[in-house]
Amino acid sequence: MLILECPYCGVKAEETELSPGGEAHLKRFGPGSSDEDFENYMFARKNPKGVHFERWRHSYGCGKWFLAARCTATLEVFGTYPAQTTEPPADIIDKIKAKRPDWKGYK
Amino acid sequence: MSTRLSKGGRLIDRTAPQEFTFNGKRLRGYRGDTLAAALLANDQMLVGRSFKYHRPRGIVASGAEEPNALVNMGEGGRFEPNQRTTTTELFDGLTCTSQNHWPSLEFDVGVVNNYAARFLPAGFYYKTFIHPRFAWKHVFEPVVRQSAGLGKVPKERDADRYEQAYAFCDILVVGGGIAGLQAALTAGRAGKRVWLVEQTAHWGGRAVVDGAEIDGQPAEAWVKSALQALEGMANVTIRSRCMAAGSYDHGYVLCDEKVADHTPGDGRPRHRLWRLRAGQIIAATGAIERPLSFAGNDIPGVMLASAVRDYVINWAVAPGDRTVVVTNNDDAYRTAIALKEAGLEVPVILDARASVTGDLPARARAMGIRVEAGRAIAKVKGGKRVTGVAICAQAGQGAVLEEIACDAVAMSGGWSPVVHLWSHCGGKLKWDDAQAQFTPDKARPPLNHDGSALVQTAGCASGVLATAEVLADATEAAGGGAVPAANGPAEAALEPIWVMPQGAPVQLRMKMWLDYQNDVKVSDVQLAAREGYTSVEHTKRYTTLGMATDQGKLSNINGLAVLADSLSSPIPQVGTTTFRPPYTPVTIGALAGEARGEIFQPLRRSPMHDWHLAQNAYMEPVGLWQRPYCYPRPGETHEQAVHREVRNTRSNVGLLDASTLGKIIVKGPDAGRFLDMLYTNVMSNLAIGKCRYGLMCNEQGFLSDDGVVARIDEDTWLCHTTSGGSDRIHAWMEDWLQCEWWDWQVYTANVTEQFAQIAVVGPNARKVLEKLGGMDVSKEALPFMTWADGVLGGFRVRAYRISFSGELSYEIAVPASEGRAFWDALVAVGAEFGMMPYGTEGLHVLRAEKGFIMIGDETDGTVIPQDLNLGWAISKKKDDYLGKRGQERPYLASPDRWKLVGLETLDGSVIQDGAYAPAPGFNANGQRNTQGRVTSTYFSPTLNKGIAMGLVKGGLSRLGEVIEMTKLDGTTQQVRIVDPVFYDKEGEKQNV
Amino acid sequence: MKRYSVFAIAREAMRYHQGWEKAWRSPAPKASYDAIIIGAGGHGLATAYYLGKNFGITNVAVIEKGWLGGGNTGRNTTIIRSNYLQDPSAAIYNKALSLYEDLSQDLNYNVMFSPRGLLMLAQTHHEVRGYLRTVHANNLQGVKTEWIGPEKVKELVPIINIDGPRYPVLGALYQARGGTARHDAVAWGYARACSAMGMDIIQQTEVTGVRSENGVVKGVETTRGFIGCKKLGIVVAGHSGQVADMAGFRLPVESLALQALVSEPIKPCMDVVVMANTVHGYMSQSDKGEMVIGGGTDGFNNFTQRGSFHHIEETLRALVETFPMISRLKMLRQWGGIVDMTGDRSPIISKTPLGNCFINCGWGTGGFKAIPGSGWAMAELMAKGEPGPLAAEFNMWRFREGQFIDESVAAGVAH
Repeated sequence: MLILECPYCGVKAEETELSPGGEAHLKRFGPGSSDEDFENYMFARKNPKGVHFERWRHSYGCGKWFLAARCTATLEVFGTYPAQTTEPPADIIDKIKAKRPDWKGYK
Repeated sequence: MSTRLSKGGRLIDRTAPQEFTFNGKRLRGYRGDTLAAALLANDQMLVGRSFKYHRPRGIVASGAEEPNALVNMGEGGRFEPNQRTTTTELFDGLTCTSQNHWPSLEFDVGVVNNYAARFLPAGFYYKTFIHPRFAWKHVFEPVVRQSAGLGKVPKERDADRYEQAYAFCDILVVGGGIAGLQAALTAGRAGKRVWLVEQTAHWGGRAVVDGAEIDGQPAEAWVKSALQALEGMANVTIRSRCMAAGSYDHGYVLCDEKVADHTPGDGRPRHRLWRLRAGQIIAATGAIERPLSFAGNDIPGVMLASAVRDYVINWAVAPGDRTVVVTNNDDAYRTAIALKEAGLEVPVILDARASVTGDLPARARAMGIRVEAGRAIAKVKGGKRVTGVAICAQAGQGAVLEEIACDAVAMSGGWSPVVHLWSHCGGKLKWDDAQAQFTPDKARPPLNHDGSALVQTAGCASGVLATAEVLADATEAAGGGAVPAANGPAEAALEPIWVMPQGAPVQLRMKMWLDYQNDVKVSDVQLAAREGYTSVEHTKRYTTLGMATDQGKLSNINGLAVLADSLSSPIPQVGTTTFRPPYTPVTIGALAGEARGEIFQPLRRSPMHDWHLAQNAYMEPVGLWQRPYCYPRPGETHEQAVHREVRNTRSNVGLLDASTLGKIIVKGPDAGRFLDMLYTNVMSNLAIGKCRYGLMCNEQGFLSDDGVVARIDEDTWLCHTTSGGSDRIHAWMEDWLQCEWWDWQVYTANVTEQFAQIAVVGPNARKVLEKLGGMDVSKEALPFMTWADGVLGGFRVRAYRISFSGELSYEIAVPASEGRAFWDALVAVGAEFGMMPYGTEGLHVLRAEKGFIMIGDETDGTVIPQDLNLGWAISKKKDDYLGKRGQERPYLASPDRWKLVGLETLDGSVIQDGAYAPAPGFNANGQRNTQGRVTSTYFSPTLNKGIAMGLVKGGLSRLGEVIEMTKLDGTTQQVRIVDPVFYDKEGEKQNV
Repeated sequence: MKRYSVFAIAREAMRYHQGWEKAWRSPAPKASYDAIIIGAGGHGLATAYYLGKNFGITNVAVIEKGWLGGGNTGRNTTIIRSNYLQDPSAAIYNKALSLYEDLSQDLNYNVMFSPRGLLMLAQTHHEVRGYLRTVHANNLQGVKTEWIGPEKVKELVPIINIDGPRYPVLGALYQARGGTARHDAVAWGYARACSAMGMDIIQQTEVTGVRSENGVVKGVETTRGFIGCKKLGIVVAGHSGQVADMAGFRLPVESLALQALVSEPIKPCMDVVVMANTVHGYMSQSDKGEMVIGGGTDGFNNFTQRGSFHHIEETLRALVETFPMISRLKMLRQWGGIVDMTGDRSPIISKTPLGNCFINCGWGTGGFKAIPGSGWAMAELMAKGEPGPLAAEFNMWRFREGQFIDESVAAGVAH
């Protein structure tokens, strides 16, 4: 039963208020893209056992989509941040590195 | 025999006798008794039969760990199987019966299994009942099933209700013993928001029974003053009869409060399920005493030593007149002392340790109790009740030295901390050699959302047993503070004893029970190890050790110690099985809560909902909405009603409640650009005042929703979606706007519930509206596929000239609050034009006659617009729209895809729902090849014949061809491929 | 292998069961094998078994990180059925069902396959049409299913409430051949049979790397050293992504938690398996008497084998509404497993970008019922190097082509 803090409204939202949206920071490939790029965009997922960047919507709250960095093995949450970014912010990355020295990093 | 003592009993009120029945026998107890205590007070030691061998079973414990004493309780709508008597509070009028026997508790035919026990070792069923093949299902399994199972099956609907509530705190303390109280006091004084829960009705735990001294006063007095102090703190909430069932990630804890179990039918909810969110959890959950494994340790009258003194001290019940105590530790001497002080006989204390020192044994000896060191029980004598014990040396193989008559045995094999809440979320354990127990490894706690320790343990749950240490540990767990002084007797170390006597031969080991309920013995675990089921999980599953309703509270540690010994591995290397919630079983009704019947799920009601019900509409669920399927008149079948409604709509005028249709406003400078991405066709060039049908696909390219879009003003569009799709599509829009095109200036609002929408459909539609009076609804003023704001019958309306039936049709939106009044006004003026309401099934037939597709019928998540001949609604000019790239993939662009056609039988009958069109031959897996399937099929009352739509390989290029369609009886029928538009092909009727 | 029988039990009883041999050996790994299977769950062990039985390949090791049968094989709700809509699914699940029917005899181990019948309730008109479609499709696929009305449902399941009020039962898709089996026994039976063929089941050994040369697999690095192989099968369910990563390719798979629970045992009251997909719950009664209950998956990536409690509550609400008598039973135990979900929720049995390396994963919520069929198809793929007809359409390249095998079109949910 996760708790994630919505970076928009500041509410510590419990899982029942939220809708999960899968892996974050996917780049959309549209018409003209290669078969491989399109397939990866649609299907290939990092699915790490460890640090995961993912999308959530505060559906039964402010309605905003936001992103979270979370460990899929312990469910520890490293931080949440607005969805309007193409990669994790530096302060989140630093926080993860401090807590998970073995982490191979984003990408 | 077991009896009520004439004096004492901390918890009973002798002025309040309570009558109850057991197997029809009328018995008496007192308020404050547990059902188990009251049964024992009436000399009812035999209370049930075991799972596998149907052996007689007596009460073993005094709390949640009880494996045997389960009963069928109550009657009718309050009947409940498997009630644990040791945690059931007695009330006047309680009725219960014992379980798992036939014909009676005393004479159980199933005990034949016991005589055959030698042939029924662990896992015997994996090795037999194999041949012949049909025999398992038809012969063996029914016998096994009938023999297994415990309680009877409830027959009636639950008469009680259950409540659910949320609460939040900084610190949740679980357990109302001295550790829990001290932790709560410490946290409460520090100003934390504290919850303290205790599973029983009483506070103080073991300390008040065992007579510890705290702050210079008896534990009982200290507990009382601690409770008073806690009750005086505004930041502390305390709840008794409230069991913390499980800890879940991020501090979510489920607590089951038994509000009215002991006062059934008094109008209160039976249970209240608390969903607590705690910043931190302190598990002050105590420890559970372990049985010892000696032959005959399951015979009724053999009990845990702590339980024996609980019964004596708390309820003034003597489980026996002569009780032999057998132990490997000092604590059990407390039981001997308590029995002696109550005037009962303790013929001997058998202590497996070679030397016996310590304060408690000294006291016992001083009281004149015989203490035998290095001794063990070779065998308990008796059948349905203990009659004596045979004594042997612990060190030997069980040669009997002496026999002593007794009617009860109090055993203690040491204590196991209750670590469930620590372990549920991944807290790790370590083995404590000195006390022979798994204790929480505080270096590896379960983690909270921020990576901090979610759970602390306090007191016995941490593995400390002495009162002073318990209080110090609890204080530290709660953040530190003043520790009350405490003193008690010095206790000598226990000696781990896993089998008694040490060298017991297999004949004895076959009689040593580990899991009383499931009949798992020491020999079974050893057999599992011998056969290679060496993982503790394998052993558990192969023998069913720890899988009974007590979930191994008594048996797990003893079992894995036996396993470790068999494997010559250290115990920690063998490890434990996984602790899973709940701590003790929780009533399913409490977990389901109040969502039953009409309010099982949220109900969405259109403004006209009550009118539909008043008209005797047959309602169908559409998402969380309920919509009228049809409005049958007296004597009409649903089918007849649908046909009448369709015919009337085609010939006069019909009225449809379309309020559930999704309505989403999309507004902003970039709204047009956004809709061009969302829809397959172009919406940005739609003229103000006009409507356009549009399709939406997912990124795979599959059709996901459709509807009419209206351009409201320069930067505002209103998108209609399907009834089921409004929330999904709104979320979909927001997803793209927030996460992909966040720099586009677009705002969306889902106004589905803000407007009632009513379709007035049929040749007389215009006459009805004109009669109502107001805005000009003529063909010239309001042509097909336009909309206008205006007034009708005094209501402010927005009228859309759109049609899903092929008839002259207006869909009229009014504010939801005026929906019912407007509907009533339409009904009133419509009568003279032959107006009748029609339901969703009529809607389906009308659209099918016109060949209009329905999302969910013609589509199923694998269909693209091109399959449905909707290429005209796909813009060729746009570079991009959602789904365009997906549709370019080879399989979606293939010419072999099945495409939409009309279908009709040669004789006018109706094709069956879901029918497939077989093709010649079989595929590589031997399955019949197929070439199409039906997607919608109805009887058309308008055309008086069956009509259908379907997807067929080759599509309309095969017009006129006759193919086969399957029928449920295995035959096929011939159908002709036709144009999917069956009625008014030119579309003249909607455009008048 | 000494055969199990009632006579063997009688013989052993005379010597207090001291003479039973190990069900499977616990050998040290050899330097190399003809084939290595990573993962000693049901699918991995079945793959090994049919490699030996159907193709005579017995120089095989099955390497398991934990204990055999300890993943989803040991934590599912044991439902077996083959009433799938799409041809490839119906084919492999029906193959599995057929093999289950003879599995106890084949393995000389009672897996307690119990063809007690399975119902999928239709509670909306839309669902009625969906299940009718399935019956029509099944008839052409050689899968015997039928549509039954609400009265027949009530007759088969007397404890059911068919009257709503919110979702009255309108009928059901009925597969009489469907049922349950004892899940642990399936893994143990296969393990015993594999061991008897001379295969090595190597437990408590984790694969830490995949070694290859020129794009062809050469063996695996493990916590007990390097073990060479000519062919490698990856059959590790929820951890497929991690092992695929070692082999150098990525999968269209995400790992989610799926939860289940059992009630305390009661006397027999339900002889069939009932699934109610509109309200998201399913229930059967085990031979022990427990009501075995499951629902839908959690929504986020998770490797903890724990789920979120609101899913359990939702499932129980649905089932109390469907079976009002369970309200006064008690939940005894709840647990979670990690399921691997692909882009179309159907499995992958496929060659991979790495030569002689094959993968079997993505069974999602439907894995247990597929075990024998999955092992059969995977063994054929590994033995021949090319998929047979059962596996052909489950290749991992179908996502690029858009050739989905989408079951959700009919049923919606798990199991």
